[in-house]
Amino acid sequence: MVIILLNNIQSAATLGVIWGIMALGVYLTYRVLNYADLTVDGSFTLGGAMSAVYISAGIAPILSILLATLGGMIAGLVTGVLHTKFKIPDLLAGILCQFALYSVNLRVMGKANVSLLNVDTIFSQIEKLGVPSQWSGLIVGLIFVIILIILMYCFFGTEIGCALRATGNNPDMVKAQGTNTKIMVVLGLVIGNGLVAMSGGLLAQYQGYADIQMGVGTIVFGLAAVIIGEVIFSKRTYFHRLAGVIIGSIVYRIIIALVLLLGQRLNFEDTLGFRIEANDTKLITAIIVVICLVSPSIKSWILSNRSKEDA
Amino acid sequence: MLDIINVYKSFNIGTPVQKDALTGLNLHLEPGDFVTVIGGNGAGKSTMLNAVAGVFGVEKGTIKIDGNDVTRDPDYKRARYIGRVFQDPLKGTAGDMWIEENLALARRRGKRRSLRWGISNKEREQFVDLLKTLDLGLESRLSAKVGLLSGGQRQALTLLMATIKEPKLLLLDEHTAALDPKTAKKVLEMTDEIVSRSHLTTLMITHNMKDAIKYGNRLIMMNDGKIIYDISGDEKKHLQVSDLLAKFEQVSGGEFANDRMLLGQ
Repeated sequence: MVIILLNNIQSAATLGVIWGIMALGVYLTYRVLNYADLTVDGSFTLGGAMSAVYISAGIAPILSILLATLGGMIAGLVTGVLHTKFKIPDLLAGILCQFALYSVNLRVMGKANVSLLNVDTIFSQIEKLGVPSQWSGLIVGLIFVIILIILMYCFFGTEIGCALRATGNNPDMVKAQGTNTKIMVVLGLVIGNGLVAMSGGLLAQYQGYADIQMGVGTIVFGLAAVIIGEVIFSKRTYFHRLAGVIIGSIVYRIIIALVLLLGQRLNFEDTLGFRIEANDTKLITAIIVVICLVSPSIKSWILSNRSKEDA
Repeated sequence: MLDIINVYKSFNIGTPVQKDALTGLNLHLEPGDFVTVIGGNGAGKSTMLNAVAGVFGVEKGTIKIDGNDVTRDPDYKRARYIGRVFQDPLKGTAGDMWIEENLALARRRGKRRSLRWGISNKEREQFVDLLKTLDLGLESRLSAKVGLLSGGQRQALTLLMATIKEPKLLLLDEHTAALDPKTAKKVLEMTDEIVSRSHLTTLMITHNMKDAIKYGNRLIMMNDGKIIYDISGDEKKHLQVSDLLAKFEQVSGGEFANDRMLLGQ
């Protein structure tokens, strides 16, 4: 039982780190830029599809991930232009782009899924260097995450990074300081969707296939990671916040894994009349996100009641 | 320094609620002019400032700043000439960002943003010296979130941000209206000091006629999207509130002295 538990936690942590890259992208658009970008469901799949197709065609795994990232950036660019240039509301611009990407992704793959059996991936390459196969996912994922967090942290400190953060905070002020906020919005969407596609590209190589459905619910997983990270981790500096997103993503995956494991092990059928299974993860995710979203107001409600009692 | 030539601006054009906010507005400012702007609600004061800042385009007319025709430029391009302080203290600063980050953004007003660091250590020293002049104790709180400051502190900071890179034109849109009287007075005195020190060309809307008379070297009164009274120099110095009220009634026959203006005295 303990071994199964540890195995589950380890693979959940690996998924958490790989999906965490996507959550960094969602953090950038949703939290920093204050833009609810629904493109990500499509750009995640796009990243997976592109990286799978490219390595199948013999392109180096790391290069195919970079190309997938570029694909995601273009998707972000499209959403950004739809929103800023053609004044389509942010949600709708994202949904339209995501909707269109479904067809694009099918075109890219030529079918609904691409299997990567007997193809070298970035993970199999690491394993050839002597890394045990159960650790390759976590190690590759962490290398990516550490590099990305350092890059993003530095970027937030630059003139452009400051202007981008201020755009999400107070666009009027940014315009009054002579910066075109539209360009900042587009830039944020480009980087954000690039990260999301990079995550999709890594996941496809890790799980050994890309699938047209792999991006469904990406935005919610991303929000779950961002929000869990904020609830359990300090927001003191941007380094803490970015690390918090990754921690949030890992914690989220572990919670899901534990719930599923418990669902299998403990027989709820006798008491509840149903089994918890993999198909329930979306319901569980939604419940977790809701709990995290309401926890601050519950906390302040409890605190204010307590102070009333004291008085 | 500023030329507004025959400018027209309407809102809700072609609808029953069409509002002609500026109707052939003309204004010329010399370098160093500190002009106070008064007028009743809907007279077009804010519309004039927003038209100059480029918040929206105008239907007709030309706007020039320092000889450059900016009529077609969007607001972020005109920002290189203009420093602004809004009525709402929340509007001029990014509340989730630090004091030093806000100042650093403002120091680069109108400059192309690059991938260089957003703040240098040299700038931090400069910010400390500048914040000391405000005398609000902000110099020791460079890495405090602006959202934690009071309305008055935020407005003083916005004023500093608007002038940290010397603007060709400073636009103040009732920037003390949302503050309590004591703070409002302090921010106004601060404004006067900064404007005088650098001889900034300034347009300041106020609803307080005493302030309009006390500050600046020139006063304009607006009504129905036009300037109906323009007075400067010694004549302005000897102006009384009662003169302004009389002047307005004479020109418009309207109910200029609404409650807010009287209470504002």
